[in-house]
Amino acid sequence: MVFKNKKLSAACIRDFPILKKRVHGKRFVFLDSAASTQKPQAVIDAMSACYKNYYANVHRGIYQFSERASEAYEEVREKVRSFINAGSTREIIFTRNATESINLVAYSWGKANIRKGDEILITEMEHHANLVPWQELAKEHGAKVRYVPITGRGRLDLDAFESMISVKTKIVAFAHVSNVLGTINPAAKLVQIARKKSPAIVLVDGAQSVPHLPVDVQAIGADFYVFSAHKMLGPSGVGVLHGREEILSEMRPFMTGGDMISKVTFEGAQWNDLPWKFEAGTPDIAGVIGFGAALDYLSAFGMKTVQAYEEKLTARALPALLAIPGVEVYGPKETRDRSSAIAFSVGDAHPHDIASIFDEEGIAIRAGDHCAQPLHEKLGVPATARASFYLYNTPADIEALIRGVYKVKKIFRV
Amino acid sequence: MTESILYREIIMDHYKNPRNKGIMRHPDGSAERDNPLCGDRIVIAYKLDGKKKKLLSVKFEGTGCSLTRAGASMLTEFVKGKTIKELAVYTDGDFIADMGVPITPARKKCALLALEALRTAVGIEKPLIRKTSRYPK
Repeated sequence: MVFKNKKLSAACIRDFPILKKRVHGKRFVFLDSAASTQKPQAVIDAMSACYKNYYANVHRGIYQFSERASEAYEEVREKVRSFINAGSTREIIFTRNATESINLVAYSWGKANIRKGDEILITEMEHHANLVPWQELAKEHGAKVRYVPITGRGRLDLDAFESMISVKTKIVAFAHVSNVLGTINPAAKLVQIARKKSPAIVLVDGAQSVPHLPVDVQAIGADFYVFSAHKMLGPSGVGVLHGREEILSEMRPFMTGGDMISKVTFEGAQWNDLPWKFEAGTPDIAGVIGFGAALDYLSAFGMKTVQAYEEKLTARALPALLAIPGVEVYGPKETRDRSSAIAFSVGDAHPHDIASIFDEEGIAIRAGDHCAQPLHEKLGVPATARASFYLYNTPADIEALIRGVYKVKKIFRV
Repeated sequence: MTESILYREIIMDHYKNPRNKGIMRHPDGSAERDNPLCGDRIVIAYKLDGKKKKLLSVKFEGTGCSLTRAGASMLTEFVKGKTIKELAVYTDGDFIADMGVPITPARKKCALLALEALRTAVGIEKPLIRKTSRYPK
């Protein structure tokens, strides 16, 4: 197979200083982007330029640098809006990460609206971030969390999804892309079914989708869509909550304090306008500005190009892994509607051992339950190894992955 | 790199041929420790001598990665004959030094799981004094 998009990967490697590092004397091969991605020089520079040239607190000062920092911070909000095609910047709220975005909805909307006997419908493939907040909310209010099963092929059981939704369902929450199985769920279709059969609000966990494929939140039509900057070349400490303005306006603030108020007296406070109503306290200013540079970087390629490139990597890695005797892949075995996260096992070798052997070869992969213990229970394994790709990975990285698997097989005599 | 291969060989030997593995009948004490994040689980059981001062024998059961299992297997050999008093001052660092293999911080939890189970079984706290360096030279 000819790798057409050489330009993309070659340009990328040059842009990521960490990818030139060596680990244990070997070329550093980073295959853990589903956990967190590496950062291009442009992001590092944007953050450093903010601190060096114009740093000040936002939305407060009357002096030049505060105005400039506020402007740079708010410009990123517009970049995020455009990146996911949201209707308005009033619908873009900066949080710490996708986890905080989900908690914001669970605490603010959930506590005000969930009653005894209500149902919260999520799926078996959820990350703990989109699972534990709902369990806690349900426990507190006497509601019930139900889990849409996955099929033997690692897809969401759509019939079950449809049959489990009823007028009792008040919240539907699901991952757009599974961080373990790599499955891409038909988000727009799921929202449609939910709308037809229930009064539920719908939240989509986009932590693994926004970094890897074009996302149009208006086309998907959910009430809330969440994701993290650090999984898409941005710094850690910045997340996004997209919410429909109508619902956000009715919701009470998640946290209270400075910046989220319009007026405070000794008797009480009035809330600030959207989106600031949900951004209490000083935000991660340089982080948000760095995230803006990450969005620019991805936009320069275009998310369609990024997705097509990753599909090519997956189309090479998946069959190569499946062809090795003793290797089991969890999740869809075909590249259609599948992201580049591949969970696998090698005979009875423990994933920790697999990851350690890979580490000796300079290759970083993830081992464990990937924050999805219930899913692993369903899969019948305590843990898996996971390789995941991004736009800076190359066919040479896949060759390294395959060589690593053969080394594991040799040591463990699989 | 040679050191790394040596480490694999010792670890893999204990992993494939674990010492003192199995269920102990009528132990003087036992405890289970698990690491839910990776599904590892170790049960340690021991017998004391007549004066109830010395570890006469130690056995383990359980599942886990090579380091968890090799750690448990090696532990049963190292602590045999030790007094409870000696065990009380046997630190994590001592154990890792005795294992004689380089263990990265990320894998320490695996290697130490059995030792933690044994401490729980005997009813002693983790000693705070570190007598040797963290990693063997």
